Amino acid sequence: MSFQQVSPPIEQDEQPFACEAPNDMAQSESWVSNIKYLIVGVLFGIVFVKAEIISWFRIQEMFRLQSFHMYGVIGSAVVVGMISVFLIKKFNIKTLSGETVQFHPKKFQRGQIYGGLIFGLGWAITGACPGPLFAQIGSGYMAVIVTLLSAVAGTWAYGYFRDKLPN
Amino acid sequence: MQQFIELIRQPWPWYVAGPLIGLTVPTLLLIGNKSFGISSSLRHICAACFPANISFFKYDWKKEIWNLVFVLGVFFGGMIATNFMENPNAFQLSANTMADLRALGIQDFSGLMPADLFSMEALFSLKGFIFFVLGGFMVGFGTRYAGGCTSGHAIMGLSNLQVPSLIATCCFMVGGFTMTHLLMPFIFKLF
Repeated sequence: MSFQQVSPPIEQDEQPFACEAPNDMAQSESWVSNIKYLIVGVLFGIVFVKAEIISWFRIQEMFRLQSFHMYGVIGSAVVVGMISVFLIKKFNIKTLSGETVQFHPKKFQRGQIYGGLIFGLGWAITGACPGPLFAQIGSGYMAVIVTLLSAVAGTWAYGYFRDKLPN
Repeated sequence: MQQFIELIRQPWPWYVAGPLIGLTVPTLLLIGNKSFGISSSLRHICAACFPANISFFKYDWKKEIWNLVFVLGVFFGGMIATNFMENPNAFQLSANTMADLRALGIQDFSGLMPADLFSMEALFSLKGFIFFVLGGFMVGFGTRYAGGCTSGHAIMGLSNLQVPSLIATCCFMVGGFTMTHLLMPFIFKLF
């Protein structure tokens, strides 16, 4: 029997699908249930615009240390996020469908440094991280569609060259 | 009610916006066991549209469709806020930033984005190439290389006390400071 082994899975990665925003829901979801994420996205987009986080000028203020606004936004978001994660873990709060919430410890990789620096350069020049890009387009800055397409191209290029990059 | 509408049309202060953004983390976790992160949507777009047999894009992106629905929501949110909740007053920018940017050649401070850079006319110039094409490429390439962006690392990762996310966040900031203070003065001299 030893010669007839099960063929190895196509993806021989150590982490088959390590994405920073994975779907850990065990049960399958219908199309209708995706409306929840649409609503959260809409609210999130409104906050982005109303707090002017999508503004290229606000990002410049941040990197020039001339306003506290962006530091306040990110800092208080992290504090609220930390408290929430702590409470979910501490009281083992379950999801709406009764599942245990999954957390993913991240492994250090050099890509976090190289990629982080490259993203930082791009962040200051475009005035946007990926989230605000979508809100900027929604706000009517049509030229940003080019930025988004270029960001998709950058993501694709990373996938293409991934094995040749130090990581 | 009228007063409330007036209030939400004003720009929201950081202590309102920040906690609301932070609440996205438990909301997504509790409504569907989803870890917050936005740049992964770019990867799903690649996987759905141009996988090109690259192993990095060969996965069941349909399982991650929630992420694409979420960013579609962000798009609509931007549309709603800009068209129905617009700030009646002029955009307020720190005087120091305004002076610095004026020295670089930016003249229009009326909107959220500088019209000098983010116009359709600028799109097909060297300016457009640097600010849209090159900048966007660095955002897409860098976030994927780093394994996340401001949401996945700085907010979700730090909320979960991940040291790699702290390293990534520091690198985002170093990259931004480098671009703003060391490279941008040269870029603006090009036009």
